[in-house]
Amino acid sequence: MPYIPHTDADEAEMLAVIGADKIDDLFDEIPSRLRATGLDGIPAGLSEMEVTRLMQSRARADGEPLCFIGAGAYDHHIPAAVWQIATRGELYSAYTPYQAEASQGTLQLLYEFQSMMTALTAMDVSNGSLYDGASALAEAVLMAVRANRKATGKRVLVPESLHPSYRRTASALVGNQGIELTEVRFERETGQTPVAGFEAAAGDGDCAAMVLPLPNFFGVLEEVHALTDWAHARNLLVIGVVNPVALALLAPPGDWGETGADIACGEAQPLGMPLASGGPYLGFLTCKQDFLRQIPGRIVGRTLDTDGKPGYTLTLQAREQHIRRSKATSNICTNQGLLVTAATIHMAILGAAGLERVAAACHANTRRLTELLCEIPGVEPLFDAPVFHERALRLPAPAADLLSALAAQDILGGYDLGNEYPELASALLVCATELRTEEEMAAFRDKLARVIATRSRAE
Amino acid sequence: MLIHEQSRRGRTATAQAPRDMAEVSELPAHLRRKTRAALPEVSELQAVRHYTRLSQKNFSIDTHFYPLGSCTMKYNPRACNSLASLPGFLARHPAAPESHSQGIMACLFELQDMLKIVTGMHAVSLAPAAGAQGELAGVMMIRAYHDARGDHERCEILVPDAAHGTNPASAIMGGFEVREVPTGSDGDVDIAALRDAVGPQTAGIMLTNPSTVGVFDRSVQAIAETVHDAGGLLYYDGANLNAILGKVRPGDMGFDVIHMNLHKTFSTPHGGGGPGAGPVGVAKRLEPYLPVPLVVTDGDLYHWQLERDRPESIGRMTAFGGNMGILLRAYIYARLLGAEGMRRVSEYATLNANYLLARLRDAGFTAAYPERRASHELIVTLKREAKEHGTNAMDFAKRLLDYGFHAPTTYFPLLVPECLLIEPTETESKEALDGFVDALVKIRAEAQQDPGLLKQAPHSLPVRRLDEIRAARQLDLAWRPNQVQD
Repeated sequence: MPYIPHTDADEAEMLAVIGADKIDDLFDEIPSRLRATGLDGIPAGLSEMEVTRLMQSRARADGEPLCFIGAGAYDHHIPAAVWQIATRGELYSAYTPYQAEASQGTLQLLYEFQSMMTALTAMDVSNGSLYDGASALAEAVLMAVRANRKATGKRVLVPESLHPSYRRTASALVGNQGIELTEVRFERETGQTPVAGFEAAAGDGDCAAMVLPLPNFFGVLEEVHALTDWAHARNLLVIGVVNPVALALLAPPGDWGETGADIACGEAQPLGMPLASGGPYLGFLTCKQDFLRQIPGRIVGRTLDTDGKPGYTLTLQAREQHIRRSKATSNICTNQGLLVTAATIHMAILGAAGLERVAAACHANTRRLTELLCEIPGVEPLFDAPVFHERALRLPAPAADLLSALAAQDILGGYDLGNEYPELASALLVCATELRTEEEMAAFRDKLARVIATRSRAE
Repeated sequence: MLIHEQSRRGRTATAQAPRDMAEVSELPAHLRRKTRAALPEVSELQAVRHYTRLSQKNFSIDTHFYPLGSCTMKYNPRACNSLASLPGFLARHPAAPESHSQGIMACLFELQDMLKIVTGMHAVSLAPAAGAQGELAGVMMIRAYHDARGDHERCEILVPDAAHGTNPASAIMGGFEVREVPTGSDGDVDIAALRDAVGPQTAGIMLTNPSTVGVFDRSVQAIAETVHDAGGLLYYDGANLNAILGKVRPGDMGFDVIHMNLHKTFSTPHGGGGPGAGPVGVAKRLEPYLPVPLVVTDGDLYHWQLERDRPESIGRMTAFGGNMGILLRAYIYARLLGAEGMRRVSEYATLNANYLLARLRDAGFTAAYPERRASHELIVTLKREAKEHGTNAMDFAKRLLDYGFHAPTTYFPLLVPECLLIEPTETESKEALDGFVDALVKIRAEAQQDPGLLKQAPHSLPVRRLDEIRAARQLDLAWRPNQVQD
């Protein structure tokens, strides 16, 4: 009986204490008409040995392709110590630290995470995580609309250069509350979203906030200082959507423009989380002190115990659903505690200097990859603005066709921008993190060149 | 001590970063960071030692009995972690093509199928990232259903007063108003009050069954009829699914939409507060609205169904379609258990809860619903102990920590005064349960002789009782570089 410790003697003794003849009697309050007849279709249980064999074959089935896709999830080195510690039973099998005295490990980790995220984003306050970057953006939008009392409406400006899945997720999650996301077009030459675009979309006083990605989905750096100042001049709150690794080199949201962005959020997957098909990842959200009471999710504070010794506890819980119920700032309960643990250990081991090197190596590798790929006739950069560690390239043929030909050779050659931007059907978004080597990038170039040549011969 | 306080300028774990600082002159100066972020500068050993020591300050399932009611803190089989962490699974990019995703898609497809069977629902989406997100997806589908029928007046979601706080909070996030329905003195929903509450404004009801008071609501069929007759839908909060696995299915009880907490019933790790996974299941009439992605098969290959394939979907809950690593762990757990193992889960969870209830009652503690069977969890009220000795439920909870037991859930549900909500789960042995009862009996004796012992507990943990009022008033939410340390 997997994982159930009861012997026949235990069971008999326990039933005697209860005063029941058999276990089934304990279900006698369930109306008999409702009792399930069976679990037809659920296979019989397997031993760990058998399940291991099954899962090894499933894991192998997907091969070991060489990956040049970024698009919101990035393949970085993770120190071995990160997950060896994070999967210690004391961290892995604990829960939300409701009993603070018995959860000081988790609580201090959360406090350290909050400290690191406020430092990285140059903001005052961080919460203790949200599900992922996209749902964190949705929470940030809700928060901004609640907080901006000067706005007459509930509209939020969102550039089309923001990750398409973030736009879709945010729109699904905030639409219920009558919030409208107005999309703002990017500039065809640069891949940036100019002030004029926001100005045209802003209308008259009914916008509560603008969303500003750095880098944006195309890897391009938006002019965040000018845009932040423009938004503040119009009484819009600014929500920065940032890559935490990029922040080792790039201006943090707290430093944007004259007074800084108001809320920062994003995906902390690059801080120690494997790609793992898209989750579990780690949404983060930080903000200026002014918006503290609008923040969703868990927050940990440092306090003292009865002996005057420092300790950590969940705080400001009057914002949360388990206290405030229908008046809570969010419905979030379980968040991404284990990923917070991993990210905190990851940041501690790498430090700011280590993260700078990682960020610089990604930037340099993507530049090198761009050079190599642009040696192929017909391949050239799509935009001319500076990028962090991703680059959109124009191809001489539809990206979808070339990508499937490359995939057949176990190269995942990037993200097909035509998926989400129909006018960019021949554009490919590539990424080379610090893990990609010169040999791998050269192999990509050679295979892409061959695929393109084969195709043009066929025509 | 914080990791930041061990920091020394210039100290690094050099093995972990690229050897050299690469050229970044193409990044425009005005978009560069001006000052380095104040992250700790420590050696790898310092970090490893610091976080290993922090881990030792936690109670956890692997180290302690953790009967936290409503959270289903059962053993998390280690195989689920190691097999979900095979390199092929960890390395797969979320945007990898289907040709390079058949292995994981097979697991997800089969998990969708198994969850359909155990819940009796018509279709399942694995997309929501946790239970509360599953609830939100559920109420969004209820809204989509009514909207599609042009039934726009249904603005109200009914929620029993005993419900988890996430229920009313999710209904509000879904754009609804909330009306509470009282619980009767026997623990079941007050049907008469429900009949008064329903009407043309009713979009649906959110119900947990067995409920948060630890009993199976016997009038569930009457509730279903009442709400359905009024044109509303029934939402099942699957937080307590562990109690009924293989015994009764939400679909058969009349529910239209449900969520499951895989980190409870399917034993994925709680991780110090997540990650979870909150798949949703629906009856046929709600299938078009399921959140994306879904996995389908043409008999040959597995395929994703996304927004473009499902135009009526409520959409996407996270950027990449869910907590895949958690879904894999749940899949592995389900395969280890099989049908027979799943039935035993609810049987032994219920046996353990009723045994604890009987022993505590025999020891003179007061059950909140003495005439009822416990489901997988039970409620004891310490109202009498509070009155006689001035020691409340929180004092008992803190003293339990000294005895090496994580405390049960305290002060929830709100309608039972001085309550402990105790959920032992099926993976605890009789000896563990006996030890827990013995500790509570001893603590009650201490309360009689020396209530101060309880009021000042815990005595043997890394910290004594923490000043939560100070935490909320003198906010200290992050370490700052110039901060003077205690």
